[in-house]
Amino acid sequence: MRETNRDIGRSLALLTMMERIRAFERQAELAATRDRLVLGAIHLSYGQEAVAAGVMHALRRDDLLLSTHRGHGHTLAKGADPAAMMKELLGRAGGCCGGKGGSMHIADFGVGMLGANGVVAANITIGAGAAHGIRLLGDDRIVVDIFGDGAINRGPFLEGLNWAAVFSLPVLFVCEDNEWSATTRTARMTAGAGAAARARAIGIEAETVDGADVEAVADLAAELVARVRRDRRPAFLHARTWRAGGHTYFDPAAYRDSAEAEARAREGDPIERQRARLAAAGIAAAELDAIRAGAMAEMEAALAAAAAAPFPPAAAAFSDVQDIGSPAGEAY
Amino acid sequence: MARMTYAEAARQAIAEAMRADPRVWCVGEDLGRGGVFGQYRGLAEEFGPERVSDAPISEAAIMGAAFGAAMVGTRPVVEMRFADFALCATDELVNQIAKARFMFGGQSRAPMVIRQPMGMWRSSAAQHSQSLEAWYAHIPGLVVAVPATPQDNYSMMRAAIAADDPVVYLEHKDLWAMEGEVDPAAPFAFGQARHRCQGDDITIVAWSKTANHAEEAAGILAAEGIGAHVIDLRSLWPWDRAAVLESVGRTGRLLVAHEAVQVAGFGAEVVAAVTERAFGALKAPPRRLGAPRTLIPYAPNLEERLRVTPRMIADAAREMLA
Ligand SMILES: Cc1ncc(C[n+]2csc(CCOP(=O)(O)OP(=O)(O)O)c2C)c(N)n1
Repeated sequence: MRETNRDIGRSLALLTMMERIRAFERQAELAATRDRLVLGAIHLSYGQEAVAAGVMHALRRDDLLLSTHRGHGHTLAKGADPAAMMKELLGRAGGCCGGKGGSMHIADFGVGMLGANGVVAANITIGAGAAHGIRLLGDDRIVVDIFGDGAINRGPFLEGLNWAAVFSLPVLFVCEDNEWSATTRTARMTAGAGAAARARAIGIEAETVDGADVEAVADLAAELVARVRRDRRPAFLHARTWRAGGHTYFDPAAYRDSAEAEARAREGDPIERQRARLAAAGIAAAELDAIRAGAMAEMEAALAAAAAAPFPPAAAAFSDVQDIGSPAGEAY
Repeated sequence: MARMTYAEAARQAIAEAMRADPRVWCVGEDLGRGGVFGQYRGLAEEFGPERVSDAPISEAAIMGAAFGAAMVGTRPVVEMRFADFALCATDELVNQIAKARFMFGGQSRAPMVIRQPMGMWRSSAAQHSQSLEAWYAHIPGLVVAVPATPQDNYSMMRAAIAADDPVVYLEHKDLWAMEGEVDPAAPFAFGQARHRCQGDDITIVAWSKTANHAEEAAGILAAEGIGAHVIDLRSLWPWDRAAVLESVGRTGRLLVAHEAVQVAGFGAEVVAAVTERAFGALKAPPRRLGAPRTLIPYAPNLEERLRVTPRMIADAAREMLA
């Protein structure tokens, strides 16, 4: 079997990360629905965990990441502290953005995570620019710039990819293609042959991968990341995946055929696939269950810590706006 | 001290900043050949095409990419060519650049100068003439610079590049060729107005090109024995409210003049602030002079119809003193 040749350590690490992402989001969902402690909308990535785990596995800690409104998994996989993330979702002091950003603006510059974004596709040009900055500074970091399939219909997709190509920038674009743009099937609103074809039309090498197969994602990401780091030019990874839940945590997704959605979610569950693969490679069920239980315990603790944290001090509403003309001095 | 144009003053300020700090770079369309108004002339030759970078006609990417590069520690000077085209990058400026530091809880900075040549100039018509400074003054996170003289275009460009905040830097296209003395050592701080001329009868507040008109109007008025205190705000956020309040406290009369559309222009903010805080000092209702709320036409006679002129400022002041 191919699996037996793989590095079992990597396989377990990938599974562990996916379990942590899912557990984090389950706790976040509970915090929203059961505890009513999450204040704004959160977008969960159930079913898409392999993209986050596989791509981030290929990065160094000092590499940079820009992500989307559906960015919890990416952020956690880049190395952010789940308790600080959960505090952010609850709008608490000690959140990674001090409680001022929330889920859609989650960021942890300490691990190279330069921000989720509440504006679809906006991170594409910014990520290209971070790579432009790296080029000017002359170091060997790279940028991963993730967006959804819906983002390829906004102008920044064209402008950002063209920018990265003409300036030959070290950025890996990752299109996390879950086939849905909020409540609309992306294909219905997208002309042509899709994300990878558009990237190729701009002269950027693009590869498509089964985003439910974390090993395949990790392999391809490792190859593309190495290529981007070596050649200092952009590449494009198109990951086919499936959004198992609604667009937001409160979206029942009544607009889609639930039988199809459930079947796709079941077949494409990257965690179950990886567990099966590891079981086939001889890892005991108890060990796999322990990974899951460990992730759950970690994220329960993160939620407990977040729920116990205070809200930010009132002065925070006026801090970190600007130095010159700061509202801490004059705001009216 | 040296005599130079408004365009040259900013060019020298940028060149000096680039010599002093390798993190400073410029990016925009046609910068390699010196920029569309020649305001980057010679910089590509001195600093090379990486630091004085041409760009595709992708305003959103120019703004967004420069922001990304700022987040990793470079200090971009972003050229938008015409203020009107910056509207193609509104999300990048307003939703991203202005907000990132706050949203991310202080983890990032956007030390950027966003140059937007603005204003009516040689029949440029509706899409190449606007003065939108009030829009930016409305956005928390942005500093808004509106220099009116070569001296200020030098000092303010240096200060804008040195700032760790995003500075929307609005140069008036009609001033590129204006000449004046520039003292590189002259002090400057955002939020400190320039007192163009002193007087005790009326306070005239203006900025950008209209500040020069206001100074000219004060000359007309002085010949008639009327003393006008002309305040050039120079920046609209922060703005020197203290100077305006102090002056109106003496004169009791406030006239604000600007080229932008009068309705919801920044003049409204100045008048409101004075009315709220110094109502008792007012001897006459404050007045605003701005463009009518119509579009900027091409035909020169129509374009002229929209302009706020020195004579209009002098006439309004006289009426207020009558
Ligand atoms: C510019 C902009 N338009 C619309 C929205 C509202 N919106 C938020 S997420 C979303 C769907 C995005 O789909 P996709 O990019 O495929 O990402 P996914 O949600 O599937 O992860 C929309 C329309 C937005 N946030 N920004």
